[in-house]
Amino acid sequence: MISAQLPALQVVVPLLAAPLCLVLHRPFAAWLLTFVVSGISLLVSVALLGQILEQGVIDYTFGGWAAPFGIAYHIDFANAYVLLIVTAISTVVSIFARRSVASEIEAHSQGLFYTAWLLCLTGLLGITITGDAFNLFVFLEISSLSSYVLIAMGNDRKALTAAYQYLIMGTIGATFILIGIGLLYMLTGTLNMLDMAQRLIAVADSRTARTGFAFLTVGLGLKIALFPLHLWLPNAYAYAPSAVSAFLAATATKVAVYVLLRFMFSVFGIDFALGAMPLSTMLVVLGSVAVLSASTVAIFQHNLKRMLAYSSIAQIGYLVLGVSLATPAGLTATLLHLFNHALMKGALFLALGCIAWRLGSVRLGDLGGLGYRMPWTMGVFVIGGLSLIGLPLTAGFISKWYLVLAAVERGWWPVVLVIIAGSLLAVIYVWRVIETAYLGKTKEAVSGTEAPLSMLVPAWLLAIANLYFGMHTELSAGIASQAAMVLFGGQP
Amino acid sequence: MSDSMLFLIVLTPFIGAGLIVVTGNRPNLRETVSVATGLLLLAEVASLVPDVLAGETPGLLLAIPVPGVPLALQVEPLGLLFALIASSLWIVTTIYAIGYMRGHHEIHQTRFYAFFAIAIGATMGIALAQNLFTLFLFYELLTISTYPLVTHAGTPEARRGGRVYLGILMGTSIGFLLLAVIWTWQLTGTTGFKAGGILAGQTSPLVIGILYGLFAFGIGKAALMPFHRWLPAAMVAPTPVSALLHAVAVVKAGVFAILKVTVYIFGIDLVGGSTASTALLWVAVLTIIGASLVALYQDNLKRRLAYSTISQLSYVVLGAVLANAASISGAAVHIATHAVGKITLFFCAGAILVATHKTRVSELDGLGRQMPLTMGAFLIASLSIAGLPPTGGLWGKWYLALGALDAGYGILVGVLMLSTLLNIAYLLPIPLRAFFGQSPKTAVQFSEAPLPCLVAIGITTAACVTLFFFPGPVYQLAGMLIP
Repeated sequence: MISAQLPALQVVVPLLAAPLCLVLHRPFAAWLLTFVVSGISLLVSVALLGQILEQGVIDYTFGGWAAPFGIAYHIDFANAYVLLIVTAISTVVSIFARRSVASEIEAHSQGLFYTAWLLCLTGLLGITITGDAFNLFVFLEISSLSSYVLIAMGNDRKALTAAYQYLIMGTIGATFILIGIGLLYMLTGTLNMLDMAQRLIAVADSRTARTGFAFLTVGLGLKIALFPLHLWLPNAYAYAPSAVSAFLAATATKVAVYVLLRFMFSVFGIDFALGAMPLSTMLVVLGSVAVLSASTVAIFQHNLKRMLAYSSIAQIGYLVLGVSLATPAGLTATLLHLFNHALMKGALFLALGCIAWRLGSVRLGDLGGLGYRMPWTMGVFVIGGLSLIGLPLTAGFISKWYLVLAAVERGWWPVVLVIIAGSLLAVIYVWRVIETAYLGKTKEAVSGTEAPLSMLVPAWLLAIANLYFGMHTELSAGIASQAAMVLFGGQP
Repeated sequence: MSDSMLFLIVLTPFIGAGLIVVTGNRPNLRETVSVATGLLLLAEVASLVPDVLAGETPGLLLAIPVPGVPLALQVEPLGLLFALIASSLWIVTTIYAIGYMRGHHEIHQTRFYAFFAIAIGATMGIALAQNLFTLFLFYELLTISTYPLVTHAGTPEARRGGRVYLGILMGTSIGFLLLAVIWTWQLTGTTGFKAGGILAGQTSPLVIGILYGLFAFGIGKAALMPFHRWLPAAMVAPTPVSALLHAVAVVKAGVFAILKVTVYIFGIDLVGGSTASTALLWVAVLTIIGASLVALYQDNLKRRLAYSTISQLSYVVLGAVLANAASISGAAVHIATHAVGKITLFFCAGAILVATHKTRVSELDGLGRQMPLTMGAFLIASLSIAGLPPTGGLWGKWYLALGALDAGYGILVGVLMLSTLLNIAYLLPIPLRAFFGQSPKTAVQFSEAPLPCLVAIGITTAACVTLFFFPGPVYQLAGMLIP
């Protein structure tokens, strides 16, 4: 039965497709393969989610080696949900990628580009699905290495510096994670995360456990781009090819947040992570600073991709604030925002991709009058921007509602104020773009109108998703709250 | 039947906006669509009157985006009154706009009419909101949809005005109102409007006070000082926008929301006499007097009218915080009478602009001989704003004064009288100078604004006078608020 093998297929299909893609080499064939594989992965993750809804948690062992000795995949609501986000975004963005990549990357490197894309997808899916700590590290390296390649392919020479910067920071982060996992292995003698969790209970009150936890948290903080470990992110997003910015912004940091949650809640347990260790205080401070400072910095950016990158750092602050509340409501808000933020940042980066395709620039000063020349593209930007601000009828509002509610419930009023201040700062940085696009002066030199349909359709898909999930939250909020319950140790 | 009518009422202007865009290339057809949509909308709203007068409150659930927080519509007397005012004046304004926009050779007219229709749709949503979430949704939609109207001219000045407009309205609504809505939900588990309020007995007086403050200042469209600056800033918009939206729909949506929150979320028993309401009472008084004083010194006619609006809006806030039967009815009646009065004044200001390109009060000497109809209407509407007979403006002030006495604030009657004097001081000199002042030009001939403008001015002026003699229907709806 193929349905029993779905967990393996989720990772194996893109992994095997990657070398095939390299062999195909021709741009169109490579693109088509990427698109088809992303689509298949999406179907697999939907099927997995269906299985979990029907029969609960899935445990899959490779080669018949039973856990804790073999490599086991352990899929519950939390990671099935993240798998769905990653594959859906990859599918939508890959539609967009064909024309966008064609205009930004030379034809002979496009095969390589799509290979790196598939490897990155493999890595992200592997990190999410696996139940084995070392396996997780391996996939983390796969996704990191391939994303360095993807970023370096940006058509600005600064992309190389950005990729190098990310490489250094990412490697430090990965090393910290490896040290953390190593310490835990030393302490518990197992790499299976469920097994590790059970064995940790007895030895949690040891310096090794605390050190391991600290290494893991800092390492993941780097991958998440949690303030003040975010320095690699603005350049990476700003100089990467448009499609890569959209793909990574919507998925990579989300997966890293998932891993942090998995270690905090499933491996170490909430009492240790937020009780014995002072993580809650740290997260609330860092999250607040991230929201306020990154949103403020975003206001002063002229390169719009950079602006969105700083906005992403601020949004990561929201995610972290939700975790720091240490309540099921807060965790639900975080998981929900994981999903909604993928939608809004995806839509916004795709809109910028359309603009870059047409103007060859995403500088604010070049956008004057664009609202009339590219009305459909700017329509996506407006919807995505309103969602980022968190106006009702958009997905962003639902996130904000849950997050503020969780903070009010906990009585953490300063956090409430931070969230609201962040929204107001978002009004400013979103609106200066809208104002320029609709009220600014048109530059005479530029001509031409809309982006091609193959770029507009995926952008609009995400824009409509922003509106849809602003009205219908059974899927997003429903699964998020069940995932939060799983992580909190209750039954879904 | 009347349940689904609610949905139709909100939907009709949006469909109208779509048709306006489709027919954009043919101005005559486009304007016909606008007026027809307005007539249809008014008929739909009017069809609810019998049910509401019979004491029914039809409702309709549209969707449930968050469990326990439905998107739902429901009509009650106050909402019906507001919907009636906005939809009937929309028709008049559209007629006026035809004359104004063509006479003034405005650009982007299709965009103008389309966003106008969307703004009315949002206003209908506010009027018929069944709960705070629905109200907030349409409130924000109204802000967004009026932004292109405020910045219509596209000039640097319009951009600046738009920034202040959006900044204050969105800042207060996200900063205070959204917080208040979520907090209310957290305390009570509902956001629904309910007769008698939902907050009674749920929390401490301190929290009630903070919440009431958050609502009052969070609903920035009510223009309570110090969050009033957006209204003068919005005056860069074309005059029909200032007339309908910034004298009726948008600002009335603000005070309407405050009234509704007072009556149906807090309940008048909770508000009346509380510390927070006493504090807000004086904020309202300060706004009434302060804005009137500022209006005295405004030479730009539209800005003077804007400050007058700020002052008059606080009458309604005053009525809400006094929180007794007479003051609440007075506030509701004032929403109606101020609407027809102020829209007439803006129509006149626009007519003067189209006919003579003059925008300053100091330029209007002797204009009465050139535009006698317009200036005559201006005079009558000024009386209505001041609350003098024979105009409807009297009744709102009358019941407000009664409410003030009921609540034991005799001094407020003095405030109302002082305000009347100030109204006279900043409004009446305008028609007087126009009729009796010396025109700089020697030969003055009769040249009025375009006919559609005059028709619109005539209708609203007649309404000012009619409301004096027949305030019954308005008062009947207003009186149903507090049984």
